[in-house]
Amino acid sequence: MSGYASGILAILCINLIFAYGIFVPAAAGQINLGGAGFQAIGAYSAGWLSSVAMLPVWLTIPAAMLITGLIGFLISFPVLRTRGVYMVLATFAFGEAVAGFLLRTQFFGGAIGMVVPAHVEISVLVCSAVAVTLLAFYLMATRFGLAMRSINDDEAATVLMGVNVRAVQVAAFTIGGAFAGLSGALYALNFSFVEAQYFNSLLSIYVLLFVLIGGVQTAWGPLIGTLVFTLLPEFMRIGGSWRYVVFGAAIVLLMMVRPQGIVTRAMIDQLSPRRWALRRTAVGALHGR
Amino acid sequence: MAARPGLALNGITKSFGGLTVVDNVSFEISAGARMALIGPNGAGKTSLFNLISGVYPIDTGSIVLEGAAIEEMPPRLRVRAGLARSFQNIRLMPHLSVVENVMLGQHVLADSFGQMFGPLAWRRNSRWRQLAEASLRDAGIDVDPDSDVSTLSYGVRKRIEVVRALMSRPRLLMLDEPAAGLNPRETAELSAFLKSIAREGLTLLVVEHDMSFVHDLCERTVVLNFGRLIYEGPTRGVQDDEEVRAAYLGSRRVAVKGAHFAP
Repeated sequence: MSGYASGILAILCINLIFAYGIFVPAAAGQINLGGAGFQAIGAYSAGWLSSVAMLPVWLTIPAAMLITGLIGFLISFPVLRTRGVYMVLATFAFGEAVAGFLLRTQFFGGAIGMVVPAHVEISVLVCSAVAVTLLAFYLMATRFGLAMRSINDDEAATVLMGVNVRAVQVAAFTIGGAFAGLSGALYALNFSFVEAQYFNSLLSIYVLLFVLIGGVQTAWGPLIGTLVFTLLPEFMRIGGSWRYVVFGAAIVLLMMVRPQGIVTRAMIDQLSPRRWALRRTAVGALHGR
Repeated sequence: MAARPGLALNGITKSFGGLTVVDNVSFEISAGARMALIGPNGAGKTSLFNLISGVYPIDTGSIVLEGAAIEEMPPRLRVRAGLARSFQNIRLMPHLSVVENVMLGQHVLADSFGQMFGPLAWRRNSRWRQLAEASLRDAGIDVDPDSDVSTLSYGVRKRIEVVRALMSRPRLLMLDEPAAGLNPRETAELSAFLKSIAREGLTLLVVEHDMSFVHDLCERTVVLNFGRLIYEGPTRGVQDDEEVRAAYLGSRRVAVKGAHFAP
């Protein structure tokens, strides 16, 4: 594989895991615009644990996930007191605060960043991305997933179904934090360098776009959203600077024609093999067969 | 011996700001009985539903469900205590399928850690799904369980909401205008269905404007007007009650009062 292709694949894997980190709370109706902050915590945790604490990689990655998950858990309590646009602002402020803190803390290298001596191969990234994707699909197929989707649809009515809405939302935020932390850890360990400037608000916006444009109703959403929005700009490199215009227009167009995201539950149901079988039976019956 | 009350309300009062929406309301429903709650628009019927189900806390009074005081409980624990309800405006989850909506109603029976994180949707023959599909069939709802609820007719969605409410195996079922928007055949089917489930000891409290439906289904009726209880008794006597007639049609006294303010 060429360096270019493996670089794209690495970014694709990291973005995908990151997107699932934003997707899990989003599926339960919580918009997190501070994604870069969580990814930064994962990246710096992995960087520090491997370069200073000299932990082996197989311990560094779970430890970084645990730390970010724990911070996600703690931050979910104040964040869940807010609603709608205020939640977006609260998470955005969190992301900015984390980036600002890292930039100003000499202990983590400040503006110079941090060199990470340990390295993981692309195969680890691919395996992690596949594992996280499968886990997200599984999660959406459980009763927990049903509760998350129900909260996203109608939180007040979900309470009256006996669902412990707060517990589900805290768990979703924690799982999302851990996924975002994993993406950060893999970023640090694959690129062998972290700097606070990378984890800026534009990154938070992009990953949220992947998720919202892909769709939050099913786990297909972030997968399609990340694939399209990571690969599309690469394919459009031949167009020069015009690609940003096309990119922006594509986002607006998708929001207009598919406000619920590219992939919806109804669409998945219509495409399921069971539906095709039903349709064949129906057509057969029409033709007297 | 008097029957054990399925639901007892004792002096329920609720004010929003200076407006008292439910004013010292007390009544009992025997376990397994079917009670109608009627009254003119704005009488406080849906507010009373919201107080019983815990959407708002009550100011004073107590709510006793089969012997247990529930007025201090958060709404989700009232569901666990045996309370289920439907809504005046259908509150099915628009992006869940029919069967997913019904399975959501099973939540309090299946919220252990293992049940919450066990595979649910990946097994089409899981007992929860089978139970949900059987309940839909029993209620005479013949639709594709995987279809979107938004594609279904109003009457069908209304009945799915009743099935969903029944999935938590409640002791008290509160229905807010279940027959509104249903055609006569659907209304008759719903009435027969509700009688069949009430036979199993379920207590029923129904807000409804369709009086023939109320007469068919409920032995007893309470009437609210401006948040106050103005009638409690057999359904067949309700239309002859002086105060109830005044509440719905306006009384001579009110008319005179109105004339007083006329120029």
